[in-house]
Amino acid sequence: MNYDWQPLLLTVQLAAVTTAILIVLGIPLAAWIAHSRARVKPLIETLVSLPLVLPPSVLGFYLLLAFSPQHALGAELRDHLNLSLVFSFEGLVVGSVLFSLPFMVQPVQSGFQGLPPSLAEAAYTLGKSRLYTYMKVLLPNIRPALLAGIVLSFAHTVGEFGVVLMIGGNIPGVTRVASIAIYDEVESLNYGAAHFHAAVLLLLSFTVLLAVYILNKRLQPFRRLV
Amino acid sequence: MIEMHVRKQLEGVNGPITLNCQLHINSGEFAALFGQSGAGKTTLLRMLAGLTTPDEGFIRVNGESWFDSLQKINLKPQQRRSGYVFQDQALFPHLSVRENLAFALPKQGNACIIDELLAMTGLTGLQQRRPETLSGGQRQRVALARALARQPSVLLLDEPLSALDSDTRLNLQDEIRQLHKTLGITALMVTHDLPEVFKLADKVFVLDNGMIRRTGHPAAVFAERRGDGRMHLPAEVLENHTDGITHTVTVLIGNQIVRILAGDDATALRSGDRIMLQPKTFSPMLSKLH
Repeated sequence: MNYDWQPLLLTVQLAAVTTAILIVLGIPLAAWIAHSRARVKPLIETLVSLPLVLPPSVLGFYLLLAFSPQHALGAELRDHLNLSLVFSFEGLVVGSVLFSLPFMVQPVQSGFQGLPPSLAEAAYTLGKSRLYTYMKVLLPNIRPALLAGIVLSFAHTVGEFGVVLMIGGNIPGVTRVASIAIYDEVESLNYGAAHFHAAVLLLLSFTVLLAVYILNKRLQPFRRLV
Repeated sequence: MIEMHVRKQLEGVNGPITLNCQLHINSGEFAALFGQSGAGKTTLLRMLAGLTTPDEGFIRVNGESWFDSLQKINLKPQQRRSGYVFQDQALFPHLSVRENLAFALPKQGNACIIDELLAMTGLTGLQQRRPETLSGGQRQRVALARALARQPSVLLLDEPLSALDSDTRLNLQDEIRQLHKTLGITALMVTHDLPEVFKLADKVFVLDNGMIRRTGHPAAVFAERRGDGRMHLPAEVLENHTDGITHTVTVLIGNQIVRILAGDDATALRSGDRIMLQPKTFSPMLSKLH
């Protein structure tokens, strides 16, 4: 039997791109939430956490509407950037970034909050700038939290279904990720192919999580002082 | 030289207090800020380092203005040359002892000072170790050496020895005294330990409820007399046992426990009270510290 690796590759690709974007966006956002006393903070926190409680189809539905060329945002994107976020890989990336945002932000945020404030203050009194302190003192000391955020974002994107289905559809090679492929194969009673995708996803998730827990145990002694 | 006069409204544990303090510390002097917890000692120290902003006033160090509410000057902590030793040490857990010290160096800094400081604080043999593998006393030495590595114009110590056992504490007090003598740096130390004030400080500021109540040499401030040729020992009451007529007061002097027989004047003493002990002809006389 000839197995189709395309959906699995697409899944890994989507998860990797999403995680990379979340590292760039989510970690500074987590740092801001952890240390900010701004009035809008509860609002931002709520928006970040919304995907945790909303059914993915709700998020997917609104994104579908927003990105469709009939609406202002979708039309702007099409006219000015020549970008269509509906039924495209780019659209899946945007949806996944929003959907997995809390999985990056929350562990990293509690990592930052778990650090004693004196750590950053000590760096300041030693003449180091905020950016230098962030890069050289804060980030290295929340390594387990960073690892947790990265792995959870990746794993959560791998497991995504509702959002992808709503804004991506089921286009082979473009938006047909493994979770959709399983659903599709089962619908057409093609259990063998469904088994293949499902087993690979199960194995992938298990290995990734196991690796994290083993790594985390090694990083643990590090946190004793913090 | 440190000159400061600052005011700030604080939310204390027992309601709001107004911190309103005037301090003058000469160059090379070792000063202590003494008072109960919640009196505002740490806040004053943080203001000097630029970690807390006063509502109004000024802070001048060696003639340079670090803060002035009238002229709208407020130097960032990075711009003030202060060496701050935190109560929790705030050592960087991911760096070795040596790296912790080297962190304080400016970009083109001279690494020689690291070796000197490591030798001075007896840490040369431990320089590759991570902070978590060190004892409390060793960690405190690292914090002290790191604060000095930037060659600050003032050394600020926030109860650096409060978490240590008494032997380590006494040793470190000697080392701090020695280090201060060698470097001649102006220092301000927050403490609520009276013997420590006596041992280290040339000058003490007694802070109570946001105000400085008394200032001067520790002996002058706490015992209200000095130079009378008698021995004065600061001590702490551990237990006051009475059989109705006499009192047996157990006191801690340094790390020695001494049992003293006393008369009616010991009635008011409770465990934890700070006292001054003066040996008389036959038995020591006790007088309560203010």
